[in-house]
Amino acid sequence: MRPSHKSATLLVLIPLILLAPVFFPSSFYYRVGALIFINGLAVTGMVILIGYAGQISLGHAGFAGIGAYSCALMPVHWGIPPVLAAVFGAVISALLAWLVGRPILRLKGYYLAVATLGFGILVYMVLTNETWLTGGPDGMNVADSGLRDLAKSLGINMKNSEFWYWLCAIVMVAGVWLAMNLQDSPTGRALRAVHGSEVAARTVGVDVARYKLQAFVISAVYASVAGSMVALQNEFVTPDVSGYMHSIEWVTMTVLGGAGSVLGAIFGAAILTLLPQVLTAFAEYEQLLLGLIMMLVMIFMPDGLLPSIMRRIRGKDE
Amino acid sequence: MSELLQFLFSGLTVGAVYALVALGFTIIYNASDVVNFAQGEFVMLGGMLTVFTYAAGLPLPLAALIAVLVTAGVGVALNKLAIEPARGAPVVSLIIITIGASIFLRGGAQVLFGKQIHRFPSFSGDTPFRIGGATILPQSLWVFAGGIAIFIGLYLFFTRTLTGKAVLATSNNRLAAQLVGINTNWVMTLSFALSAGIGALAGVLITPITNTSYDVGIALALKGFAAAMLGGMGNPKGALAGGLLLGVIEAMTAGYLSSQYKDAAAFIVILLVLFIMPQGLFGAKQTERV
Repeated sequence: MRPSHKSATLLVLIPLILLAPVFFPSSFYYRVGALIFINGLAVTGMVILIGYAGQISLGHAGFAGIGAYSCALMPVHWGIPPVLAAVFGAVISALLAWLVGRPILRLKGYYLAVATLGFGILVYMVLTNETWLTGGPDGMNVADSGLRDLAKSLGINMKNSEFWYWLCAIVMVAGVWLAMNLQDSPTGRALRAVHGSEVAARTVGVDVARYKLQAFVISAVYASVAGSMVALQNEFVTPDVSGYMHSIEWVTMTVLGGAGSVLGAIFGAAILTLLPQVLTAFAEYEQLLLGLIMMLVMIFMPDGLLPSIMRRIRGKDE
Repeated sequence: MSELLQFLFSGLTVGAVYALVALGFTIIYNASDVVNFAQGEFVMLGGMLTVFTYAAGLPLPLAALIAVLVTAGVGVALNKLAIEPARGAPVVSLIIITIGASIFLRGGAQVLFGKQIHRFPSFSGDTPFRIGGATILPQSLWVFAGGIAIFIGLYLFFTRTLTGKAVLATSNNRLAAQLVGINTNWVMTLSFALSAGIGALAGVLITPITNTSYDVGIALALKGFAAAMLGGMGNPKGALAGGLLLGVIEAMTAGYLSSQYKDAAAFIVILLVLFIMPQGLFGAKQTERV
């Protein structure tokens, strides 16, 4: 009897997070680690959307933009503390996702992809053009979140990069834990039924449109929180956080590692976050490689890298 | 009044290009139920390849012809290497494959052609004609003429030739088409070649007006898709009407509301269509087989 899916995922994930810093020669590695966790959080949301519900979004960076700029704008204009602003940003993202998703998710197939593609571009356009509010393409500063001072007052004194490594790790693990619980809940089972066959799910009484909408809204919240984390960590945001390529990267990470499992997707996030750091000399070829990876994975390993490797290890009994 | 006419002219010009992109979507969608997100990259390739073959010293018509043929070849390669091996994959996988192809082509163009904006001269000069107080570029007339020629050519192809009828039969019912001896794989390849070629031609026609760069494809794909949906997915007449309508809506948005947000018009149109009439202007209600 294998351990349950949920505990297995956390059993793999948490020791890796704890042990990795042993091998970190400089604070730069903590920063890359934090970035992996932030992407990991966003792709956990994508797993709920792609892996559980079988839908796809090409504009999730739009929600990240909303989360990031909430942290930047709300403290300045309304005096809301940045961390609370992140929560409000997540609420706004959820509402927007609900508004955009409701008419679209009644339909099948390509419509969500196209509508989210347009949505992401629209958010990027607003953030870039409304210079008076957002500072335009140059970006804007984000107020200090005060989280590190809070940790200090509790007696935890860490370098900035280390602090964010651990904080991002905690947020990601919390996100993963919630996603795993969702998978085992009636909603999760309904979503998997929808993924298997919408018609079959409907005939057994699953409200297909409602569950797809739920998955979309939840994944939007994940993306929004990821965006907020970027803003809070860097204390600076640019419209790039909502860029089209960012949305595509998240989709690629998810399907590369394996959209069917959270662990696989985080594995994909780790690979694709590390790759540009390793291949800085090939920056020019980044898009080329990304596109190639997307096509090759979908053609040769439609389940993703991690499930394919696991099958190899276990033999072909599954 | 002359202002309105001016916006109308520019709207119809870009609208004709959107119509051609939408037509490219439609052809592939009908033949294979795949929505090809790399459609915009075909337009980009058409313009880019013409820029560079022309700069290499070839006469413009020959440069354009080479660009269209090479792009058609890229379309065939896309079908053979990426779409055919994934036959029967779920919709999400097919979307990821064509998005991957689009990013791949975009990245390739960036490496080969650089990030600059490129252009080549208009076919017959830049002296505008004056009509009713508004001006229209000779190149716009080329765009209209090209668009009309393609639509008439395709109409004749689909209604008068055996091959065209084979494509129609395949889009109607793939299995039935196979049973009467139509090589549906070949039809798929033909559809990709046709669609890529049409996209490339649109790129050749519009580049002297709008210029081109490696990243113009996504916006064009989004707008072509909006046009196809507005007209009714899978309907060539709808693609034409939807494209022209979207072009005019966009030009009016730019003229009377905000030029920065003219690109938002396509997105608003998509959402409105989905809210109000998901089957589009000319589309028929469809029932899905299980």
